[in-house]
Amino acid sequence: MFTRYTAALAALLFVSAAPFAQAADKPTDPQIAHIAYTAGVLDIEAAKLAIKTSKNKEVVAFAKDMERDHEAVNKQALDLVKKLKVKPEDNATSQALSKAAEEERAKLAKLKGAAFDKAYIENEVAYHKQVNGALETLLIPSASNAELKSLLETGLKIFQGHEQHAEHVAGMLK
Amino acid sequence: MKAGALIRLSWLAALALTVAPAAAATIEVTIDKLVFSPATVEAKVGDTIEWVNKDVIAHTATVKGGWEVMIPPKKSASLTVKAAGAVDYFCRFHPNMKGRLVVAP
Repeated sequence: MFTRYTAALAALLFVSAAPFAQAADKPTDPQIAHIAYTAGVLDIEAAKLAIKTSKNKEVVAFAKDMERDHEAVNKQALDLVKKLKVKPEDNATSQALSKAAEEERAKLAKLKGAAFDKAYIENEVAYHKQVNGALETLLIPSASNAELKSLLETGLKIFQGHEQHAEHVAGMLK
Repeated sequence: MKAGALIRLSWLAALALTVAPAAAATIEVTIDKLVFSPATVEAKVGDTIEWVNKDVIAHTATVKGGWEVMIPPKKSASLTVKAAGAVDYFCRFHPNMKGRLVVAP
């Protein structure tokens, strides 16, 4: 009984720390589409907050790049699921991602100036790293439709670029 | 009179032929799925490099401390090379994209 409770608690803690880690089962294509789209939406929301809050030229330019790229990729994703007649399906990973992003936004909303810029950019590095790791190890290998897989692979290259771009901006803030 | 015009015309054609090989070229670099292709381009001063972006996102061709060309999604942009030498360029938005330009005088 006790062991089961501990295991459940450990699983719960794991979920909040790393939304992707709890996906023991292979996600289906409708779930993968939902996760990828959600990950994009969450980064667009973070970008909008940064555009509104930051006074730093580099940070605002970076946030605009994120907003523009993720909107373009998500539009492609929507076009593809429509074409494939796949209905994106909400799932525990999408929900965990959204919850973590909501908490991060609440944290960011309390910050201003250089403290905001630093926290936003550092989170962008960490977030892209996390999503890229999930794409590489879980989402791309699990995708069964070839077109979906190909879109995810291009997405991975774009987001790896974002990760490097974020690291570059983070370096400039120091 | 007719013959004179013809001679003049053929003389002009010959002149055009001798000039043509020295004319500047346009070299195309395709961007597809975040890859500059060909990755390395050899050109001469006066040539034009044209980047054709097939992606749905914007890219740049940027030389650190040098020039930058903005390449909008599904569009092309070009640059006429003015100086000899080799430069590495990258995309400022996606620094994992890299290319090289080798310019002969």
